[in-house]
Formats: sequence, C-alpha cells, structure tokens
Amino acid sequence: MSAMLEVRDLHVYYGSIHAIKGISFEVNEGEIVTLIGANGAGKSTTLNTITGLLKPRTGAVTFEGTNIVGVPAHKIVSHGMALCPEGRRVFLQMTVQENLEMGGYTRPASEIADSLADVYARFPRLKERQKQTAGTLSGGEQQMLAMGRALMSKPRLLMLDEPSMGLAPILVEQIFGIIRELHEAGTTILLVEQNAQMALSIADRAYVLETGTISMSGSARELLTDERVQKAYLGG
Amino acid sequence: MNLLSNLINGISLGSVYAIIALGYTMVYGIAKMLNFAHGDVIMVGAYICFCAMSYLNLPPVAGVLMAMVVCTLLGIVIERLAYKPLRQATSLAVLITAIGVSYFLQNIALLIWKSDPKVFTSVVEGWGGLTLFGGELRITAVTLVTVLANIVIMVCLTLFTSKTKKGKAMRAVSEDKGAAQLMGINVNSTISLTFAIGSGLAAIAGVLLCSAYPTLMPTTGSMPGIKAFTAAVLGGIGSIPGAMLGGILLGVIEIFGKAYISTQLSDAIVFAVLIIVLLIKPTGLLGKKISEKV
Repeated sequence: MSAMLEVRDLHVYYGSIHAIKGISFEVNEGEIVTLIGANGAGKSTTLNTITGLLKPRTGAVTFEGTNIVGVPAHKIVSHGMALCPEGRRVFLQMTVQENLEMGGYTRPASEIADSLADVYARFPRLKERQKQTAGTLSGGEQQMLAMGRALMSKPRLLMLDEPSMGLAPILVEQIFGIIRELHEAGTTILLVEQNAQMALSIADRAYVLETGTISMSGSARELLTDERVQKAYLGG
Repeated sequence: MNLLSNLINGISLGSVYAIIALGYTMVYGIAKMLNFAHGDVIMVGAYICFCAMSYLNLPPVAGVLMAMVVCTLLGIVIERLAYKPLRQATSLAVLITAIGVSYFLQNIALLIWKSDPKVFTSVVEGWGGLTLFGGELRITAVTLVTVLANIVIMVCLTLFTSKTKKGKAMRAVSEDKGAAQLMGINVNSTISLTFAIGSGLAAIAGVLLCSAYPTLMPTTGSMPGIKAFTAAVLGGIGSIPGAMLGGILLGVIEIFGKAYISTQLSDAIVFAVLIIVLLIKPTGLLGKKISEKV
C-alpha cells in the first residue's frame, strides 16, 4: 500500500537560510503521525510547504499519488487535505459561523448546512457562540474554531500545527481528546507539536525534527521510552 | 435656511468623496496598499461618459454604464500590470508605483483629450430639483441623485460583504491572506475583484462630480482623489462605514469652511481637521485596533 502523504527529500529555503535540509517521511491512511521537535526545527515550515504557502527548492510531495508541489495554496484544500495553522489564525473580525463557512469555501452550498451541524455537534461551545466575532473567544475556543474550520472542508488528511500552544493543561487534554475522536471517526492526522509527551501519547508513529533534518523516527511508543527523546523533549 | 442649504451641499459633495473613499479603503483593506491612481480613474470615468454623451450622442444612462465598464476593466488591468508583480515588494515601492500610474493616466488623458477643459453636461440635465419652503431652499437634481447613489452603494456593499460568499471571502483575505488561502480562497482573484468594484464606483463618482462641477480636465481627479483619501483615513482606513462617515464629514467641513470662514482656507481647514483627528485617534474615527490573542 502506498502512503497517503509522501514527502521525499524536501529542501526549503528562506532566502539564503536552508530551513529544511532534505527530509522524507510519510503518513499512511488511518494513522496519526506526529512531527516533534524544538522551536525553529522546521516543523511549521514543513507543513506550510506541504500546503503550498511556501515553495520547496527541491523535493517531492505526493498526496494520494498526485504530485502537489507547485499546486497553489488555495487549490490544496480541494485535494482533500486541510491545515489548522499555528497560532490558530481564525478570522478575528468575522463571526464564528462565518469562520466555519470560510472553512467550507470550496464545497457546494448545499453541503454546508450538514457540515456546520457536524462541527457544532462536536464543538457545542461554538454553537453557543456562533454569532460572536472570533476575536471575542478565549484561546481554547479559538483553537476549537480553527479545528472546526479545517473540518468544514471534510479533509481526509487533517494537519494540525501546534494545537496545544498557549493553552492551559486542561484545555490541552480536551483538544487531544478531540483529535483522538476525529481519528477514530476515520480522519488521518499529521500532528506537529512541541508538547512531545502529549503528541507521542496519541500518535502511531513519530518523526523527530532537529534543525531541518529528521534525527529519529519510529513508533510513538518506542520514541516515548527512548533515552535520547526523553532527555531532549520529555524533560526526563 | 442658508445653513440648511450649505449642509445639503456639504452632504452632496461628501457623498462623492465617500464613494471615492470606498475604493481607497477597500483596496487598502485587501491589498494593504494606497492606490494613489484611484483619483485618476475618476477622471477617466468622467471622460468616457463625456465622450459617450457628447460624441456618440448616447443617453446619459448608457454613458454612465460605459464609464463603469471601462473603469472596471481599467482597475483590473492596472492591478494586474502594475501592482500584482509587486505583491512581495516593500510598501514604498508599491506607493511610488501607484504615483507613477497616476501620472501615467493623467498624461494618457492629456494625449487623448488635450489640456483644454471640457464642459461636462450633467447626466441629470433637465431634471427638476426640489424646491422647499416656498422657494427658499432649492435642492438640485444632481444633489439628490448623488446622495441617493451614495446610500444605494453603501447598502449594496454592506450586503455584499456581509451576506455573499465572495464578500465574506474578501473580508477573510483582508484579515489574513495565508489563512484565506488555506480555506481555498483565491487571493489574487479576490484582489482583482476588489479593484474592479472600487474602480467601477470611481466611474460613478467621476460622473457625479462632473455633473455638479462641470469642468473636466486631465487633472480633475487628483484633488478629489486626495480629499477622498483623506476621508478614508479620517473615517478609519479599511472600514467601509468609516469611508462613508469620513467622506460626508469632509464634504460638510469643506462647504462650511468655504461659506463661513474663508474660500481660500477651506482645503487647509479640511486637512487640519484630519491632523487633529489623527492626533486624538490615530486609527481614524471608526478604525479598529485589533488586539490579537496569542
């Protein structure tokens, strides 16, 4: 079986800075795969390259067998993948409902109502606040909105960039609970996290990113008990 | 009665400023650039309408529609050729380019239509105005049409940005281009659409302006352009209701300044008000300062 998402020998530059130095990894259908690593390791750069917001110098990204390098960012979502970006980036001046509608931008108007109902069922808090502008929500609610917005496109692959960032531990638990539920409902997930403990506890496989290269990879369980990982990322 | 008459004239002039200011404010909101060529699009619109009516003998409505079509296309072409290649450039480079486009349009107009002023025939020529209070207060047809056009445009634009998919996408792009792209919104075509709408409105403004002040020259658009830009900043650049409020305030201040203080100083008064407002509220009257939660 070929992988759902396959990244091969990817090199990304910011001007003359070599940010991603030839990484390769894959995500198979039905998996939760996590990329962990410290700040500045290149995790978000990797996701932004997959979604077309950044262009790689060389390398290949294939999604379900189609090469998606060079596909403009606004066409990626209709391939069946969605990114919930770092820092949430919800539209602060738009209402919760409008944010969700934007998430379903590429889908026919007739399907929007159903998707909205699905998202509201998963995030009842968003339903309560559907007429409020996103800027009035708390950080945790904004994260839920960002995830709900990404789900509106009914992605087969959901990419999450630092969903736990800046949230209180209880909210982190809640967000990871939702990720697990989404996974059980059949969504394949690529999770980028600094919170290695949480990420490894729900992932099937993991890659450790260090200054633009993959330094370790394996099953999440193995990495969770690996000495080097414990030392560097788990405070052990 | 004089006061009321001045107020009405101010609102009418302000309505023209408001319509022009919309173009500035929408383009700024989306592309984060000041399109200083916007004022000259007004002039082109007025010339097109003038030609349609005077040379082709078309009825005024056809002239206005023609001006709108030409200006809409012009707006799209200007964006594509002059601004799109500079999407990643510094804002100073874009600003200088916009000034360049402004001179370019003025000089093209000078080549085509020469420097001698044309006398613009009002598009509402022959329409009666309103006479109130036993003839003491006269409101011209141009005034009525201008204010009405402004109201209709405001209502339509508000509905467009709050109810339609394209309009909401426009707001999304103005907040966060990257996130909008992740939603599947084509940022380039959204920017194009914004220029198209702004320029189409500029054509209407040009026709209304020249119907009220019938001297048409290649530089006709520059001063109203600058005033409207001031109006947009006064109201809070990026805000559609702000453009409306700023435009009308500016028009009223200008006419009152002319009537009660000094004809020569009226422009200086307008800009002085802008400076004072910006000192007190740097984001403009309705401009919002967004505080981000991180």
